Amino acid sequence: MLKSKTFVKKTRSGGVMKIVREHYLRDDIWCGSEVCTECKQESTVLQRDACIESNLCSYPHYVIPDTNVVLHQIDVLEDPVIRNVIILQTVLQEVRHRSAPVYKRLKDIIHETEKHFYAFTNEHHRETFIEREPGESANDRNDRAIRVAATWYTQHLKTSESNADGLKVVLLTNDQGNKQKAEESGLLVYKCEEYIKSLIGNPELVDRLALSNDDKHDITSSKVLFPEHLPLSKIQAGIKSGAFVQGTFRASRDNYLEATVFVQGDGEESTEILIQGLQNLNRAVYQDVVAVQLLPQNQWVAPSSVVLQDEGAAKDDNNDEEDDEDEEKALRISAAEAARKPTGKVVGIIKRNWRPFCGMLNISQIKESTRHLFTPADRRIPRIRIETRQASTLAGQRIMVAIDGWPRHSRYPNGHFVRSLGKAGEKDTEQEVLLLEHDVPHQDFSQAVLSFLPKMPWTITPEEMARREDLRNLTVCSVDPPGCTDIDDALHCRELDNGNLEVGVHIADVSHFIRPGNAMDREAANRGTTVYLCGKRIDMVPELLSSNLCSLRSNVERLAFSCIWEMNHKAEILKTRFTKSVIKSKASLTYAEAQMRIDDTTKNDDITKSLRGLNKLAKILKRQRIEKGALTLSSLEVRFHIDSETHDPIDLQAKELVETNSMVEEFMLLANISVAQKIYDEFPDCAMLRKHPAPPPSNYDILLKAAKSKDVEIHTDSAKALADSLDVARVDGFPYFNTLLRILATRCMMQAVYFCSGMDSDFHHYGLASPIYTHFTSPIRRYADIIVHRLLAVAIAADTTYSDLMDKQKQSALASNLNYRHKMSQYAQRASVAFHTQLFFKSRGILNEEGFVLFVRKNAIIVLIPKFGLEGTVFFDAKDKAGPKLVFDEEGPTLNVEQHTFRIFDKVKVTISLDASNIQHQKIRMSLIDPVIPGVSVPAPDVEPQAKKPKLDR
Amino acid sequence: MGNVVERQTRGSVRCCLFGSFEVCGNMAGLELLSDQGYRLDGRKATELRKVQARMGVFAQADGSAYLEQGNTKALAVVYGPHEIRGARSRIRHDRAVINCQYSMATFSTAERKRRPHGDRKSTEMSLHLKQTFEAAVMTQLYPRSQIDIYVKILQSDGGNYSVCVNAATLAVIDAGIPMRDYVCACTVGFVDETPLADLCYAEESGGVSSLALALLPRGGQIALLQMDARLHQDHLETLIEAAMTACKGVSKVLDEVVRQHLQEVSVLSGE
Repeated sequence: MLKSKTFVKKTRSGGVMKIVREHYLRDDIWCGSEVCTECKQESTVLQRDACIESNLCSYPHYVIPDTNVVLHQIDVLEDPVIRNVIILQTVLQEVRHRSAPVYKRLKDIIHETEKHFYAFTNEHHRETFIEREPGESANDRNDRAIRVAATWYTQHLKTSESNADGLKVVLLTNDQGNKQKAEESGLLVYKCEEYIKSLIGNPELVDRLALSNDDKHDITSSKVLFPEHLPLSKIQAGIKSGAFVQGTFRASRDNYLEATVFVQGDGEESTEILIQGLQNLNRAVYQDVVAVQLLPQNQWVAPSSVVLQDEGAAKDDNNDEEDDEDEEKALRISAAEAARKPTGKVVGIIKRNWRPFCGMLNISQIKESTRHLFTPADRRIPRIRIETRQASTLAGQRIMVAIDGWPRHSRYPNGHFVRSLGKAGEKDTEQEVLLLEHDVPHQDFSQAVLSFLPKMPWTITPEEMARREDLRNLTVCSVDPPGCTDIDDALHCRELDNGNLEVGVHIADVSHFIRPGNAMDREAANRGTTVYLCGKRIDMVPELLSSNLCSLRSNVERLAFSCIWEMNHKAEILKTRFTKSVIKSKASLTYAEAQMRIDDTTKNDDITKSLRGLNKLAKILKRQRIEKGALTLSSLEVRFHIDSETHDPIDLQAKELVETNSMVEEFMLLANISVAQKIYDEFPDCAMLRKHPAPPPSNYDILLKAAKSKDVEIHTDSAKALADSLDVARVDGFPYFNTLLRILATRCMMQAVYFCSGMDSDFHHYGLASPIYTHFTSPIRRYADIIVHRLLAVAIAADTTYSDLMDKQKQSALASNLNYRHKMSQYAQRASVAFHTQLFFKSRGILNEEGFVLFVRKNAIIVLIPKFGLEGTVFFDAKDKAGPKLVFDEEGPTLNVEQHTFRIFDKVKVTISLDASNIQHQKIRMSLIDPVIPGVSVPAPDVEPQAKKPKLDR
Repeated sequence: MGNVVERQTRGSVRCCLFGSFEVCGNMAGLELLSDQGYRLDGRKATELRKVQARMGVFAQADGSAYLEQGNTKALAVVYGPHEIRGARSRIRHDRAVINCQYSMATFSTAERKRRPHGDRKSTEMSLHLKQTFEAAVMTQLYPRSQIDIYVKILQSDGGNYSVCVNAATLAVIDAGIPMRDYVCACTVGFVDETPLADLCYAEESGGVSSLALALLPRGGQIALLQMDARLHQDHLETLIEAAMTACKGVSKVLDEVVRQHLQEVSVLSGE
C-alpha cells in the first residue's frame, strides 16, 4: 500500500515550533499523457498531437508554466487556444497560497476537459520530489522542484516508445535566473512573452499578456509621481499604535481628485475620512482596503462641490501633471472657508480589490502608438493605460481591462486587455456590460453543473409515482404573463361533497431535481435569482429545468409540491395540507385569457368554473387582507413592444393589471404565508423567511408634505392607517393624484429581505400586514424558494435533511447573498429598462409629453411621465452660463424659478430627447416647455406627425 | 456477554467550537484532499499510515509492545492478571478488573508540556481504553483478579486513541491473556464527502469531523465508537463503513507482527 517514506521537517516561525509531518512518496502517479505506454493510467488528459502553431516550437509540446506565469498570465491561460498544459502541484500550492481568485480560476481550467490541463502531483512522486537544501530559500527550492519535474517529463516522454512525434516539454518562466539554470540542465525554456508572441495566428493573445515588472520602465517616464507605499509590516504596526487607520477606499463619482475612506468602527461608529489630491490618493483604487494617516488639523479641508472629470487625453505625464496641479489648486480655494472634515492621506494598500473593468478605449493621438488609455464605465475607477496593437479595431467597442499594477512613476495604472464585449451602443454589448457591472453571474452553465441534469427523455418513475400523491385528474391550470416559459405555479379549485371548496396551489418541485450540495445547487445558490432584462432572461437553473422539466406546462405530467386548503365559501381556511404530488395541467393561460374566460358567461367548462371559484375566493381574501392593513402601493412598470425582427423597442407602455393578476397573487400570498407558518413551527431556528421592516417615521416626511400641499391628510401611525388614508385621498379634477401619492408612498418603504429565523426576532411583513412570510411559489427563479421547499419537504417527512440546511450561520450567510443578488438584479433590470428607453427615444427623436412634478430639488425638478413610466430631471442651472434666480424652500418643498413656483404634483409639459454626447453614459434629457419661463423653458420643438398627442386625463 | 457498543454524545459547547473550527480550518489554507485525490502527506483517502510494531520490549513486565503508526508512537505495558491491589471493594467475583492508565510523554508534542498527574483528556482516554478492553479481554476467566494496562504516547501525530488500542492489543497478547479477537482501532475523518482513513495531526486539527472506532474484526463487533464533532446523520453509515475497513487493514498488520514475533520466540527457545 505504501511505497516509501521520508520525513520532512517544517519549521513555522512565529512561536518557534518544530512541526514534523510525514511525506509519502509514491510510484503510482502517472504522467497523464496519451503517448505514454509505461504509466498504467486509466484516463489521459494530455493529447497526443499537442500542436499549436509557434515560431519557436514547431514540434508538438506540453507547456509547464511556473508559479509567476500562472499568477500573472491567468487571462492568457484561460484562452481556449492554450491547451495541453501541465500544472505542477508545486505551482498549484504556491498559487493557492498567493491568490485565492487565481487559484479558483486555475482549478476551473483544470476541470475543463477541453482545455487538457493536467495537474501533476510532483511533490509526492518518487522521482520528482526534492528536499530543500541547506541555505536554499523556499522559492529557490520550488523553482528547482519545477525544473526537476520538467526534466523528468522530458526524459519520461523521450523513453516512451510510441512517442514518434518527438513530443517535448516547454518550461515557461519569467525569472531570468530560473531560465538560465533550466537552460543549463538542457531544458527547453522560454519567457512567457516570447512564447505567446511566437504563436502564429493568435495575435490577440499578446494583448492579454499582463505587463510584468521588468517592462514597466519602458512604458513610463522615470519621474516619481507618488510617495511609496509602506510595507505591510509597518502598516500593521501603525494601525496597532493608532497612527494609521484602516478603511475601504471610495472614490468620488464626480471628482477624480477626491475620495473618502470608510472606516468601520466598533458597532455603530463608522467614520469617513476625506482624501484630496493625487498625491494623497496615492494610487488607491475604488474598493481597495487602505491604510490612512490623518493630516494635522490645520490641513483639513472640506469636500468640494466641484465636478471634475479627468479629461486629459493621453498626453505626456508631465503635461498632465501641470493640469492636475491647477485643478488641485482650484479645489483648495473653493474649500478654504467651508466646514472642514477630517482629512488624510493614503500611506499603504492592505488589499487590492481589482476586478476586470468594462469601458472603452481612448485611442492615442499618435497613430503608431501601441499604448492607449482606457476609460472605465464606472467613473470611480481611474483610467488605465494598456498596450495593444489592435487599437483601431477596439475603438468604439466596449472592452474589459484588468489592472496589473500601478508603479510610482506612472500617472495611470497599467493594465492589459482581457476581452472585447462588442460594439458600444449595441444591444447585446450593453446588456453584457450591465450584467458585468451589476455582478450578475451570467456565463453559460459549466459542464459540471449540466452533468447533474436528469437524462432525457425524462419520465416519472413508478417508484417516484408511488411516493407522491396522484393529482393528475384535477383540473389544474396556470395563469401567467404572455410569453412566460418558466411556469412555476398552477392552481385548482373544486367543490367538495360537503359543500366546501378545495383550493390547491401547485408549485414546480425544483428541489426534486436540484439536490443539496452538488454543482448545480451551488451554482443556483450563487446566482440566487433569475434576472429578467428586457428581451432576455438570465436563468438561475439550466434551461432544461426552467423551461421544460420544472415548468408546469399544460398536458404534460409534472412533479409538483402542492399546498391544498379546504375552505368554506367565506374563504376561511378549515384545513391546510402540503404534499408532494404529480399533476397534469389542463391549460396554460395568460392573464388576459383567464380574464376572458371568467367574463364569458357562455363558457361553463371545468377550467372556467375552477377559475371563477378561485376569482371569487381571491376577492374575499384580498378584502380581508386590506382590512388587516395591507398596503396597495403603486409603481409604474413599463412594457416594451419589441419589434420581432430587429428586436428594437417600437412602443412603450405602462403595464396594465387585470383582475386575474391579483387572483393569482392572492393565492400565492396565501401559500407563502401558510408555508412560512409551517416551516417556522417545525424549524424555529433555521427557517428561511422574508420580512419587510416598518419604515422609520422620518421616511414619510416627503409624503406628508406633498399631501399637505393639496390639503390631504395622511396618517402613518400604522400600515392600516396609511392604507386607509391613501384610499380616501382624492383631489377633485385630478384623477391621477391618488396614483402619484401611492408612487410617493412606495419610495418611503424599506427593502424586504430574506433572513434566517434563528438570527432575528422581528418577522413582521409591513407591506402585506402579515406576521410571518416567506417565498415558496417561484423555486424556478428564486433560490430562497428552493430552500423553503427543502425545509417543507423535511417537515412533511418527504425528504431528508442535510447539515447546511440546519446550520443557522450558513443559512444566514446564504440569505445575505440572496439579498445582494436580488438587489443587484433589480438594479440591472432598471438599467436595462433605462437602456431600452434610450433606444426608444433614439429612434423616436424628440417628443413632447405631459408629466407631473414628483420631487422638487434645490436646482431641479424631477418629472414623471405617466405614459412611459419614465422619470427625468429638469435642471435649471447650466454649467456654462449663469442660471436663473432660484429660491428653494424646504418646508413646501417649493422651488421658485424667476417668477414661477414649482410644487409637487404640478402638471408640466416637457420635451424629451436623448443626450448621446457621452457614448458611455447616454441619458434622457428633459427640458421644460410649459409653463413658459423666459430664459429657462424652450420652445416646443416640432414633433414628427406620427407621435400621437398624449391622453393623460383618464 | 455481547459486544459493547459505546456511543458518546457530547455537550453543545464542543459542537459550537467545531463550527468555528471548520471555518478557520478551511481558511487557514490546508487543502486536506486535493482534486487529484491526494492528502497532505501524499496518501490516498483510504490508505493507512505505515504501521511498525515490536512485541516483548520489556523483560520485567508480563507483556509489552511498541507500536508506530506514522509519526504517532506508543508504548504499552501489561501486568497481570494478579491479585487486586488497593481497595478490596473493587473485587469482582465473576471476572477480572481491568485497570488502564494512559499518559503522554512531556516530549510527545511539538510544544513541551508537563502533565505530572495527567489531565482530563488522559483520564477520559484511560476510561475509553478500559471500556474497549473490557469488551475484548475474556475477563470471566480470571475472577477476583486485576489486569493493568499502561500506555504511554511517546510521540503524538494524530490518532492517539487508536494507536494506544493497537499497541495495548499487542501487549495483552504478549502477556498471554486470552482475548475474543484482536482489538483494532482507527480514526476516520470526513472531508469533501470522502472518508479519510487514519488521520494525522494536521488533518485532525484542520477541522475534520473525526470518528474513532475500535473493532473486533473477525466478528465485525464494535468495541467502542467515539465521535465528538458534528456530522450529518446521512454520512455516519459511510464513515463507519470506512472505519471498519481501515480497522481490518490494521488487524492484518497486527496479525503479521504477532506471527513474526512467535516465530522469533520459538526459534530462540529452540522449539
